[in-house]
Amino acid sequence: MTEQKPDAIYRTDALIAEDIDAYLETHQHKTMLRFITCGSVDDGKSTLIGRLLYDSKMIFEDQLEALSNDSKRVGTQGQEIDFALLVDGLAAEREQGITIDVAYRFFNTEKRKFIVADCPGHEQYTRNMVTGASTADLAVILVDARKGVLVQTRRHSYLCHLIGIKNIVLAVNKMDLVDYDQATFDKIVADYASFAEEIGIESFTALPISGFKGDNITVAPSENTPWYDGPSLIEHLESVEVLSSVAADRPFRMPVQWVNRPNLDFRGFSGLIATGSVKPGDAIRVLPSGKTSPVKSIVTYDGDLEEAMAGQSVTITLEDEIDCSRGDVICVAGNPPETADQFESTLVWLNDEDMHVGRGYWLKLGTQTVSATVQQPKYRVDVNTMEELAAKTLSLNDIGVAEVYTDRPIVFEPYEDNRTLGGFVLIDKITNATVAAGMLNFSLRRSQNVHWQATDISRRHHAEMKNQTPRVLWFTGLSGSGKSTIANEVEKKLALMNRHTFLLDGDNVRHGLNKDLGFTEADRIENIRRVGEVARLMTDAGLIVLTAFISPFRAERQMVRDMLEDHEFIEIFVDTPLEVAEARDVKGLYKKAREGKLKNFTGIDSPYEPPQDPEITVNTVEMTPEEAADHIIQQILPLK
Amino acid sequence: MTFLTHLQRLEAEAIHIIREVAAETEKPVMLYSVGKDSAVMLHLAKKAFYPSPPPFPLLHVDTTWKFKDMYALREKAAKDAGMELLVYQNPEAKERGINPFDHGPLHTDMWKTEGLKQALDKYGFDAAFGGARRDEEKSRAKERVFSFRTSSHGWDPKNQRPELWNIYNARKKKGESIRVFPISNWTELDVWQYIQLEDIEIVPLYFAAPRPTFIYEGGLFMADDEQRLKDVLGELPEITTRSVRFRTLGCFPLTGAVESEAATLSEVIQETLLTTTSERQGRVIDKDSGGAGMEKKKQEGYF
Repeated sequence: MTEQKPDAIYRTDALIAEDIDAYLETHQHKTMLRFITCGSVDDGKSTLIGRLLYDSKMIFEDQLEALSNDSKRVGTQGQEIDFALLVDGLAAEREQGITIDVAYRFFNTEKRKFIVADCPGHEQYTRNMVTGASTADLAVILVDARKGVLVQTRRHSYLCHLIGIKNIVLAVNKMDLVDYDQATFDKIVADYASFAEEIGIESFTALPISGFKGDNITVAPSENTPWYDGPSLIEHLESVEVLSSVAADRPFRMPVQWVNRPNLDFRGFSGLIATGSVKPGDAIRVLPSGKTSPVKSIVTYDGDLEEAMAGQSVTITLEDEIDCSRGDVICVAGNPPETADQFESTLVWLNDEDMHVGRGYWLKLGTQTVSATVQQPKYRVDVNTMEELAAKTLSLNDIGVAEVYTDRPIVFEPYEDNRTLGGFVLIDKITNATVAAGMLNFSLRRSQNVHWQATDISRRHHAEMKNQTPRVLWFTGLSGSGKSTIANEVEKKLALMNRHTFLLDGDNVRHGLNKDLGFTEADRIENIRRVGEVARLMTDAGLIVLTAFISPFRAERQMVRDMLEDHEFIEIFVDTPLEVAEARDVKGLYKKAREGKLKNFTGIDSPYEPPQDPEITVNTVEMTPEEAADHIIQQILPLK
Repeated sequence: MTFLTHLQRLEAEAIHIIREVAAETEKPVMLYSVGKDSAVMLHLAKKAFYPSPPPFPLLHVDTTWKFKDMYALREKAAKDAGMELLVYQNPEAKERGINPFDHGPLHTDMWKTEGLKQALDKYGFDAAFGGARRDEEKSRAKERVFSFRTSSHGWDPKNQRPELWNIYNARKKKGESIRVFPISNWTELDVWQYIQLEDIEIVPLYFAAPRPTFIYEGGLFMADDEQRLKDVLGELPEITTRSVRFRTLGCFPLTGAVESEAATLSEVIQETLLTTTSERQGRVIDKDSGGAGMEKKKQEGYF
């Protein structure tokens, strides 16, 4: 084996022994590059990373010893050291012999510190690749020289391009297995070039390497590839521009993380600068309020700064007392980003549960968290063919484009201009899982033309005139549980107490407002959203609203709760076991559903998710409707 | 200034993470083990909130078997930072007299793993900062910055939340908690260099000095408390003065010393870089239960 020992790394080692302070001085001034490696299952990613660690002395003797034992036990390289074992961490995947998650590795050269995200290659793990790519400055796309550009190569390149990685390296690996043949290399590069152009990759750097043998990893050209006149992989990684330097040239933006208020005399706004730079005296604008002020100082533990730039965590104080809190964005006054509440967005679905059109998710972008809904996708992308396909929803590892509506305006920039203000995640409100990654493409013009009309008679006035506190009494339960009956009893009792009420009934609403909706999951979500909006308007008018809807999904009930003021939403669980409700079968619907004549019927072929922590529960097996109504009235007193 | 060095970027990233936790969780705490990584974490916390003190306490899950120098620095560091210091000792371990000599792995399990769970439950902390790094150990290389634990403190490596950009999802159910690792992306060299550049006070045991030592089961240890050694072992082992230092700090009977003359920070870093065995080797904890030792421990709730 022609082991190539890199000069650079030996010089570094020698310096540690000879003059540690000089070594530390160099290390102190290194920059950092984050990159990802992607390839198909057998392209040799883990071996390449193992090689980079090994060549830069990041493997200790005891690890090497363990590695050599492991190599003999489970390795795939016979008696040779299997570098891949060093990189494949978790026990589960060591048994399977594949990488199943993103792993981060570290190594140094004389010029840089590197963080490598090792991303798995097989189809079902788009999720992991997107995760690894989101923080990367550069991507190394591995291709097996024997196999050439595969479907997976195209998929990985597309994902890297989608996530905005500008530096793409095509590493044609296992050159040792094709006798270092230049024609093979040239053919792969030409194939890749035509594909890259198709999907909009403007440039890439191609290298012939062998991770296993070490060719063109640290020194180029290797004696085996005299025809190659480009840099070695390491030389290339040492010279590309890092993302944070690019970000520094853009207009100033800092999402506010934390208001720092140790005493009455100090009020600072802490955050990580996303783009641009700032100096004391600069005019800034706080969004979304739009208020402006000069910067007074940039405070850090190490003393005030004369200037701060993208990538630094600082605390800014302002000359003028203006409102600013977590979620706001401080930006240069003359060139602020937009605010909007409707967007076109690219989404990568990361969760086992499909996207629910119209369901409320938490959207976190920078330090802003808002409630958001996603519309039916315009299309999803087949990541293998780049075809745009019609889609009703998005499933795990799907990529699609859809409109996203937020419940209040957020400060944003298109993702391609600003990762921090354009990249977001969606969070399931019930399970708290991170279900999607999104990239805002642009705001929809219509959102900028609809404004709130301020009215003089406020919701408080409306409520005071009616001598009551507005509330929504939200009855939920199976069909036939007694929701409408009990709600009707409660409304009669409230009427006797001179309260102003309105009962929204599921069946009635479907005759008018929601007559265009069916019973698919998406339609059911929209049904509840509209009822929630109507109930909200009615509480604005000061009414006590009673609603009687099956409303089977927790997420939608939560969505309505979030639309309303605190304590306004009273969830009433009409707790009737399925057998009891089915035995009653007042409308004959259970019978039809059991016969298969009625699809998506709650409790039969569509789930009911009972409330986990309802304000009120009534048990209709033990209570009559009259008793249940009395119980509810007792629970909601006083009414003002 | 036209670019940030890797240490500046790592520092900014850690501060960003610490602030996110303070802003988005209800009751955070910083685990403080008095080691060098803890010292760096504490320093970063001070920087994150300056001029305010960090808005959370420090928690030391104590085993009663730490070095005396560690106890001394613990009190001083908390006081200097203006932070509350909580010390927790598992009462059951205390009552049963659990010690590293007689009880082997049970010592770590009872004092540290159980002690940590009990302490988090007792105070109701929903987020705990730890100083673990991805370069330390293979299973840690795959752990997220925000690592979720079930209400029984278990870790499920197959069910981690994807972490994109620098957006962290801190939402959780009642009873669940998060372990947060702000220095995930630091290497051992980064930690040492940061200590040097920022002039951070660390326990003197990291520097070589003549110390009373003994050999036990083939390892070199320091006789930090002769009386206790005698009580537990029945007789005092042969004590020899050697110039030694420690690469990691834990319980004094579990933390192997290395013979060394490195008395300054530069020398310690030099020695670290030239050493060919990895950092945790001095600690006995990784050696049991085969290749997946740490991963198994984490699933059981060890940090």
